[in-house]
Amino acid sequence: MEAGMVTPAPALVRFSGIQKTYDGEHLVVKNLDLDIRKGEFVTLLGPSGSGKTTTLMMLAGFEVPTQGEIYLADRPIKNMPPHRRDIGMVFQNYALFPHLTIEENVAFPLSVRKTGKAETQERVKAALRMIKMETLAQRRPGQLSGGQQQRVALARALVFNPQLVLMDEPLGALDKRLREQMQLEIKQLHETMGITIVYVTHDQSEALTMSDRIAVFNDGVVQQIDRPDALYERPVNSFVANFVGENNVLSGTVETVDKDYCRVALAAGGTVMARAVNIAGAGAATSLSVRPERIAIAPDGASSDGPNRLPAKVQSTIYLGDHALAVLEVSGNAEFMVKLQPGAHDSLKHGESVFITFRPEDCLALDSV
Amino acid sequence: MTAVSEAETKVPLKRRLKQAERARQLKAMALVLPLLLFLLFTFAGPIAGMLWRAVDDREVRQVLPQTITALANWDGKDLPDETAYAALASDLQAARAAGTIAVAAKRLNYALNGFRTILTGTARNLKSLPEPGTAKETLVKINRAWRDRTTWTTIRDAGGPVTGFYLLAALDLVRNADGAIVAAAPDQAIYREIFARTFLISLGVTALCLILGFPVAYLLAALPPGRSNLLMIFVLLPFWTSLLVRTCAWIVLLQSKGVVNDSLHWLGIIDEPLRLIYNRFGVCVAMTHVLLPFMILPLYSSMKAISPAYMRAAASLGAPPLTAFLRIYLPQTLPGIGAGSLLVFILALGYYITPALVGGAADQMISYFIALYTTETANWGLASALGAVLLLATVLLALVYGKLVQGQQVTGGMKN
Repeated sequence: MEAGMVTPAPALVRFSGIQKTYDGEHLVVKNLDLDIRKGEFVTLLGPSGSGKTTTLMMLAGFEVPTQGEIYLADRPIKNMPPHRRDIGMVFQNYALFPHLTIEENVAFPLSVRKTGKAETQERVKAALRMIKMETLAQRRPGQLSGGQQQRVALARALVFNPQLVLMDEPLGALDKRLREQMQLEIKQLHETMGITIVYVTHDQSEALTMSDRIAVFNDGVVQQIDRPDALYERPVNSFVANFVGENNVLSGTVETVDKDYCRVALAAGGTVMARAVNIAGAGAATSLSVRPERIAIAPDGASSDGPNRLPAKVQSTIYLGDHALAVLEVSGNAEFMVKLQPGAHDSLKHGESVFITFRPEDCLALDSV
Repeated sequence: MTAVSEAETKVPLKRRLKQAERARQLKAMALVLPLLLFLLFTFAGPIAGMLWRAVDDREVRQVLPQTITALANWDGKDLPDETAYAALASDLQAARAAGTIAVAAKRLNYALNGFRTILTGTARNLKSLPEPGTAKETLVKINRAWRDRTTWTTIRDAGGPVTGFYLLAALDLVRNADGAIVAAAPDQAIYREIFARTFLISLGVTALCLILGFPVAYLLAALPPGRSNLLMIFVLLPFWTSLLVRTCAWIVLLQSKGVVNDSLHWLGIIDEPLRLIYNRFGVCVAMTHVLLPFMILPLYSSMKAISPAYMRAAASLGAPPLTAFLRIYLPQTLPGIGAGSLLVFILALGYYITPALVGGAADQMISYFIALYTTETANWGLASALGAVLLLATVLLALVYGKLVQGQQVTGGMKN
């Protein structure tokens, strides 16, 4: 456990040995074990087809696990119908009921629970106030913008105080600016209300922004589940390193291993020192991972005393306002990115030969891809 | 651009927009023109003609012009004076020579049973124009009916050129000798019952179609495309078979020695064959079968537009399946239910062949009588009046439906 972290709350959701197949041949989810603590914001992150949405649907009750059991507050829920699970859900396309007003939409979960009239009114009002949409209560969903509709969907999923809220790519249909604003709003709601949220997305920056912990899915398997900073700084394998954040890959062979570090011979010549994270041992193929912002560019011929110094050729530079990128050719990789201060890219010319340097602790030796 | 120049160019800009729009509008108009003309000649024209025939009443006026003129100032309280008798005698002479007596006799006979005999008999026996002043005496001698006030009011009321006679008759009403609207004699009053029967059968068939069609449409909308296409072919199959063939197939199935009765007998469920055809049951079964696709297709299209996410959302919000269906799914199918029901109901109102083939005498709908009056008795006035009443009722229904739908328009909230 990380230093400074409070004693972990007990698991609210527990996936135990979950497998799921649709066709009886291919497993969409392979042997999933996952604990989600009360009050936590957990994101299931992965490319499409990685099993993250299926996992969410099993938790919501719309899909039944082929094997294993899901526990919600220590009760097995594999065979519990969705309407009895007390789980709020926000869908990608909002799924607001088009024939009901905003007010009626938000009141729906209360009215099916036969909540009293006065209490319903009060809670609906509070929920609409929370999303700052009291004035639009009598509108129908079709008259609202996408962002407004998603807010209503959020209020509707929260108004009955469910023990767990699921979100299935809820911001996927919004434009970038609105998406970033909604991310902050959802994060704020999570912090002020103390609700437990399981969030599905394929957008890694969204996951990094909002989550307490992120479970990275690939090919039906959770590759790594960790805090956003740990995921970025210490990916356990090449998939995670490539999926979360920008990443440069160099392939090579492990020459020697010395405790936490190893010497790697690059395929295109030259050796570097790297942290040994996920390698089979000396002689094994490996993929090196270096983040673009951990690399320095030195002019050709300048001396450097670090162990990792590689020749590079400038392909192009990209100006991005708050920073700039240099695209280099390094050791056979023609899309090697180096993050620069804005303005620093001016001195780099196409075809120019330079050297790049990086610290051994910023270079991770991972499984070969 | 400054404010001044903007104001200056505002008007020309509007005009230019209009000009640009006009070219587009003309083009659009040219595209729909052929259909518009076609509809005008084959649809609007005949309907207008039908409506006109329902009130047109010029036959008697053409055959007995002098009589009608003479009766124009008659107060109708007593028998008309000698001028009217003389005019009638003169008209009859002329009509006999022209051979048009039968035209007026037929029309007058609609209003007063037996008038045909009175008119043709009088014309036949009126050898020559009576001496001035003796017309009344002569005519009454030929037929005592000319001493009846109603004989004369009948002629006067049939004088046209327009009349409410047929429309009243279509509603079982007549105008009595004093001009007041009263209920028709019981043996003449059949149309209200026939209208009621027509609406009742149509309503029953619509309800049956809805009950049978709703689950099928639901299945169609829920199945994966491959299998739903196959099912759709079965649904559409009735469309591709001739109406006559389908109806006759029902006769084969339902008659007393038919497939259904034989099977039930063979299974030992019945001893005597059930009467399944030439009654209301047979009419409803055959019409429901024919009209079912008209219910299923609008239902299917409205259900297809309902995203499965709605039902999932309802379940995740705590609604049990039945509640979710009643409160979320069903309300969204209402436009489809309305459209399908209206379509089936209006089509059923005009049904003719099916009830004629598989119904009994007491199951004939209004179209049967319209057909009877047009093709057999050539009473175009009454046929048109019945048609006009049916058209009016249908239009009213469509308007009511339009109002209902407008009240709760469903806007698509899903962005897919």
